[in-house]
Order: sequence, then C-alpha cells, then structure tokens
Amino acid sequence: MTRDDALASFNKSFEGKILNKTEFCGETTYTISASDLREIAKFCQDELSFDYLIDITSIDNFGEEPRFEIVYHLYSMPHAVHLRLKLKVPEDVAAADTVSDIWPTANWHEREIYDMMGIKFNGHPNLRRILMWDGYPFFPLRKDFPLAGLPSEMPDVAFTKVTPLEGGPFVTVPSTATSKDREPRARPPEL
Amino acid sequence: MPETRSTAYDSKIEGNVIFTRFDAALNWVRKNSLWPMPMGLACCAIELMAAAASRFDIARFGAEVMRFSPRQCDVMIVAGTVTYKMALAVKRIYEQMPEPKWVIAMGACASTGGMYRSYAVLQGIDQLLPVDVYISGCPPRPEALLAGLMKLQEKISRERSLRRQKPELVERVEEALA
Repeated sequence: MTRDDALASFNKSFEGKILNKTEFCGETTYTISASDLREIAKFCQDELSFDYLIDITSIDNFGEEPRFEIVYHLYSMPHAVHLRLKLKVPEDVAAADTVSDIWPTANWHEREIYDMMGIKFNGHPNLRRILMWDGYPFFPLRKDFPLAGLPSEMPDVAFTKVTPLEGGPFVTVPSTATSKDREPRARPPEL
Repeated sequence: MPETRSTAYDSKIEGNVIFTRFDAALNWVRKNSLWPMPMGLACCAIELMAAAASRFDIARFGAEVMRFSPRQCDVMIVAGTVTYKMALAVKRIYEQMPEPKWVIAMGACASTGGMYRSYAVLQGIDQLLPVDVYISGCPPRPEALLAGLMKLQEKISRERSLRRQKPELVERVEEALA
C-alpha cells in the first residue's frame, strides 16, 4: 500500500468527517472532530496499518477559540507513510478520548499532556501527572503560566518558588544576522 | 660512670613521634579520606565519573570510595540540576549523612540553577543545604572537581573540629586548666 492508497482509503471512509486537509513536505495532516477520534484511530491502526504512534503533542492557542489542539503523529512501519491527525479542544471541555488501548504508547504521552497542558483523557487507565508531582496546582506549558513559575508548597513532598529572571527571559532571535545579534539575551517580549 | 636513662622519649622510637594539636591530627585524618556521596543528577555526573576513573583518579586525594548509602559518606557532591521534584529528596539524603559532613555544589546548575531559569528547577542547592565549595563550569572538567576537592581539604584542615563537635568536653578541660 502506498501513501496515495492509504490517503484514498482514508478519504473514502471518512468523507464528511474530515474538517480540513493540508499537505506539507509530502506529509498529510487531517483535522478531525474530537468525537470521531476513536473511530478514526481504530481504522488507522486496523485497516491502514498505522502501527506506530510516534508522538502526541498539544498546542495552546491562547486567546483563540477553541483554545487547545492535540496532534497525533502516526507512522506506518510496513508502508513507510506518515500521517498527522489534529483535533481542536475548547477550554471549557479540556478533554479528549484516550487512544491508549489502540496504541499502548499513548498512555504516557497522554499523561504528559495532562500534566503540562491540563487536558484530560476520557477512559485513560491511569491519568496521573508524569513529570510534576501529584498535587502540583498548575499546568506549566499553558501560555498563561509565567515562565518564572508560581509559588507552591506541599509539605514533605515538594515546593516551588518564583525564579529570578534577572532581566530575562533570554530569547534567541531567528534570523540570518551574526551570531552576536542572534544569541540569547534579555530582550523585551515583543521582539 | 653515672648511669644514664632516657626520660623524655624512648631513643628506640626517636624520629617516629610527632607532636601536634589534636584538631590538626583529626583534620588530617578526615581530609585525606573523604568518602563522597555521588549525588549525580545530570551531565555533571559524567564528569564526576571521569574524575573517579583512571585518567584523573580522584583516589590520589583519598576520595575514591563513592558510597551509595548516605550513612557511610562524608561529603555530598551535588552534580547536576536539582529540580524541585528532587530537592527534598536531596535534602533528606543529606540529613541521613553522619556528622561531620560537607557539601560540594558541582557545576552551574547545582550552584545557581544555571541556565534553567524555569518553574521546575531549584535555583541553587544552597537554598536547602550549607554548601562548602562551589565549582563553576557547565559541566566542570574533572580537574575543576579535583581543585574543588583540594579547596575543601584546605577548609577542613582549618576547622576547629573538637570545639565544634564536643563543646562540653572543651569547656570542661578549659575549666580544669583555669
């Protein structure tokens, strides 16, 4: 099965459920609705042999509605095809269905997203924080969480303090200028 | 011919007796056998391992016995980034070490948080533990660790150990002498 066969089969099966389709560097990204996720994920795994879930990532489009996006990066080992699934999650829901029974590796990816972004996964067998400790009150990768952190205190478990940024944040400027102009320095946030 | 007899010392062991202060002897023993607690938390631990291996050979300074039980350690070498999640565990391990004990903050992260100006990283282990020697570098070369160890040895040799650890004994002696 080539990439075109896989895409054709996908398009045929989910006509009307594909909200958006983009091509970039020979890789296809489908935007789907959160309610169709499990059906589509099962189809990708069982019928299209996307047997490898490379990663699940999440994006915080702070200030936009819907606020969150979850991105599933799929790969088919037998056919060497990449596929990306995106779905939007509004802030008041902040939850999606788990795919950890379809790809077991999703277990820890979903825990990481829950830990860092605060998106819950319905049906997850063990949805606990994975990097921060149980009871940490914030979701650090959300855009409204300050870079310096916020104070928290759990006696005998852990504590956090606000970090002195000393004029920072220290930002690298992407450009073709010399490394002296690009290097990380304390710059005003609008730059 | 009058009979002679040795009084001040036995001539058989002449040259083998050294007079010194008790503190100096105690410190000399301690500083040349510092058993480290290798608190390896990041890449500094790789340099710590290199310092212990044949090329740099920390055994030349008596600190080769890395102990993984805090109860057998003298000096904690905090080598790496101390996250808030790890911070209280480091403190607890430090508290389990027997007195006298010392702390080396190895590298930028352990000393100040280093490049991690972040919500997740403790900005220097000196916020939790009394640090004796800071070593700069990211990570420091093994020579820097050895230099830090020698600095700590100098510091130990200046300590007033008996007065610090047995103040009652020193007081009693001073009263008796007064």
